[in-house]
Amino acid sequence: MSIEQFIDKEVKSSDVVLFMKGTPQFPQCGFSGQVVQILDFLGVPYKGLNVLDSADLRQGIKAYSNWPTIPQLYVKGEFVGGCDIIREMFQAGELQKLLKEKGLTVRESAQA
Amino acid sequence: MAMDARDIEKLIKSAIPDAEVTIRDLAGDGDHYAATVVAESFRGKTRVQQHQLVYAALKGSMGGALHALALQTAIPEGH
Repeated sequence: MSIEQFIDKEVKSSDVVLFMKGTPQFPQCGFSGQVVQILDFLGVPYKGLNVLDSADLRQGIKAYSNWPTIPQLYVKGEFVGGCDIIREMFQAGELQKLLKEKGLTVRESAQA
Repeated sequence: MAMDARDIEKLIKSAIPDAEVTIRDLAGDGDHYAATVVAESFRGKTRVQQHQLVYAALKGSMGGALHALALQTAIPEGH
């Protein structure tokens, strides 16, 4: 399986997937850590994939999305954004809205 | 590796001529920047597409020479 096929399978087999540096328990970059905090605050289950475990994955995900940086958040197979966009959407209540539109449950207290 | 704020602005403006670019050096170390890019040509594009245009303008510096560029894009108001 090519790295592109692997990524494609991953983003389509979990509702919310975060490509990040480190793990949700131990983020190893401040930008990845911010997205982890937002997802945890919203109480949304997600799969974290650590790009530091694989140089192929680290390069492959950038090519897959035409996006030069990590973290990258995918919802239902669709690329939503990196750290700046996710933070901006979260602060505007748009991330919560998007997740709900995609049929995911957002923690009640976290709704805008 | 660091990049000068003026070089960042120049690259963005050469690719997106109608862009209003504001850059702040967050840590004063020439390595952690926040950029706001406002352009009419962003209209009708998603945030991801707007950011992709800026990243393309930076010609591969993002994620390389530029580790920390916090980016915010917008469309001019009052139209």
